[in-house]
Amino acid sequence: MAIVRANVLVCAGSACVSSGAYSFKDALIKALEKAGIREEVNVVDTGCVGTCALGPVAIVYPEGIFYVHLKPEDAETIVNEHLLKGRIVNKLLYQGPISKEVFPSLSEIDFIVKQKRIVLRNMGIIDPESIEEYIAREGYQALAKALTMTPEEVIDTIKRSGLRGRGGAGFPTGVKWEFARKAKGSPKYVICNGDEGDPGAFMDRSVLEGDPHSVIEGMMIAGYAIGASKGFFYVRAEYPLAIERLKLALAQAREYGLIGENILGTGFSFDIELRMGSGAFVCGEETALIASIEGHRGEPRPRPPYPANKGLWENPTVINNVETLANIAPIILNGAEWFSSIGTDKSKGTKVFALAGKVANTGLIEVPFGITLREIIFEVGGGIPSGKKFKAAQLGGPSGGCIPAEHLDTPLDYESLKELGAIVGSGGLIVMDEDNCMVDVARFFLEFTQSESCGKCPPCRVGTRKMLDILERIVNGEGEEGDIERLIELGEEIKRDSLCGLGQTAPNPVLSTIRYFRDEYEAHIKEKRCPAKSCRALIAFQVIPDKCKGCGICARVCPVGAAQGKPREIHSIDKDLCIKCGDCFARCPFGAIEKVDLVSVLEKV
Amino acid sequence: MKSLEDLKRIREQAQAQIRIRTQEGNTKIIVGMGTCGIAAGARDTLMAILDELAKRNIQDVVVTQTGCIGLCEYEPLVSVVKPGQPKIMYMKVNPERARQIVASHIVNDQIINEWVLSREEGV
Repeated sequence: MAIVRANVLVCAGSACVSSGAYSFKDALIKALEKAGIREEVNVVDTGCVGTCALGPVAIVYPEGIFYVHLKPEDAETIVNEHLLKGRIVNKLLYQGPISKEVFPSLSEIDFIVKQKRIVLRNMGIIDPESIEEYIAREGYQALAKALTMTPEEVIDTIKRSGLRGRGGAGFPTGVKWEFARKAKGSPKYVICNGDEGDPGAFMDRSVLEGDPHSVIEGMMIAGYAIGASKGFFYVRAEYPLAIERLKLALAQAREYGLIGENILGTGFSFDIELRMGSGAFVCGEETALIASIEGHRGEPRPRPPYPANKGLWENPTVINNVETLANIAPIILNGAEWFSSIGTDKSKGTKVFALAGKVANTGLIEVPFGITLREIIFEVGGGIPSGKKFKAAQLGGPSGGCIPAEHLDTPLDYESLKELGAIVGSGGLIVMDEDNCMVDVARFFLEFTQSESCGKCPPCRVGTRKMLDILERIVNGEGEEGDIERLIELGEEIKRDSLCGLGQTAPNPVLSTIRYFRDEYEAHIKEKRCPAKSCRALIAFQVIPDKCKGCGICARVCPVGAAQGKPREIHSIDKDLCIKCGDCFARCPFGAIEKVDLVSVLEKV
Repeated sequence: MKSLEDLKRIREQAQAQIRIRTQEGNTKIIVGMGTCGIAAGARDTLMAILDELAKRNIQDVVVTQTGCIGLCEYEPLVSVVKPGQPKIMYMKVNPERARQIVASHIVNDQIINEWVLSREEGV
């Protein structure tokens, strides 16, 4: 038997799978068989590499060559050129979005260099469906080490590391564990909150898909520390791949005796159950989540008592986020001092962000706290495509807020973001450029929280509805004098009086955009004008006569016949027929169609 | 799995499997696999190297390929790079020579001078 001389790791995260990773993989295996080198080359699935916009991607080891945008027909080229003849296939390499520089190796690309990967340590290196490969990368060593320590020592290590909850609120994890350890009541429970609900956030899904054992190991250490022998994963059913891999990982761990009775002969017993949620946003709130696991309707209840004292079935319960738990094993193995040396004074370690919006490299990144937004967006993210100007970054999704350009150089951590009116949150990071209307962004997030409000408490149920009504009026050009003040007043009341985190944070996107972009609100209300030219009710499309060549494309794409004109003559757009879909604007090859303020057109008439 | 020893054993076995993805600075064997190399029998040479490494259970060696470097008449060319040592390029490496290179150079650190085409410092 010959030894395996090369490994091809195909990214099997959801994004790459949906863009065709498995058809590439099948083609690759066929091509390897055809070339007669199937035995020498291992083909392995791996977790999300993070470069979701470049998918499907694959990495060829030992060289570490990173191929992007793979199609099934590329498989044969890679086999014949790279794996057979040792020639790197240049046309499939990653190219810097702005610099156009070509990077052959994954470890060299700008997207990866600036990252610090603790949570994502195994992504792109191991097969998430193989417990052996996780074990090879020091997997379950931290559990073994923790079991030789006293529970108090484990808690002390986590406390000293400075790890804070990655789900959004940033509560110190070690302190939470200590509360649960000291709380009276038995049995105690550990819950992993995998109910990731923010639009655009997919960190937890990727970790569960790409390295499920790291979360299982973290949960078991938490169980040992607080004196629990039972844990629950709460993952939304709309994450089928994460659930499949988690189920497999749990079965493997059980088979190996890493879950169950008398683990590693130490007398510690721990079992884990998987519960699926139906995808209600409110179930990410810990008391609603507990209600859902208990089989009740997912509604929050007032705190205190906190779950650490009275949680699942009224017993002491620790609820940690997926990412928090994935941090535990490295901390136990490398020590509290190692972890606390990364990050800022009060925010230690790293944070995973889902980078989306108007940025060249969208995807999953892990960066140390203290990094600036500028570094994230312009170095890791590769900048803003098509030369547009940066306007704001939205952090923390529907519970978070916007950070404008003047704060790009603020070092990011829990405190600095809070001061700026945003939150670390679960880690959604949406980049916006000059084409994004901030009022509409606020309306979008509020529409989301409004529809996800469980309805139990009136401030959230009625208040968010009232706020949304006002915002809808504003973007439709029906805003009134005093609307901004009403939004602020309502927002503050909802924040103060709501029962749970959903309502307490729902006004944030509105309040923070008013804080930094009040002029945009005023333009909508007073001048009936959308400065970003995004709100349909406030804009019009028109032809620039000097640029129009009369090609007729606009007339052909227009679904309502509003774009009209004879061939080779200057075209025009009938404003009464136009539904403002923007198709003509997007398709005109000469840039001869412009968006203008509706008011300016009306004034002329 | 019953004990820490079991975990350790599984880890060591599994590490061999993924070593190829994480190692840096290990010994490298580079086989010239351009059209010229393949025509001269580089495939058989490569197979012989892999087979010999497997037989001897040597796992900390990376085997890669490279394209034509312009010395087609000396193919198959095989280079050996050991950390901190010059890159040694062997010429006309048939499967027989390949096995001897593994035995002598890789295992015993003895360069087989008569087949050496070039030495390159500081690679």
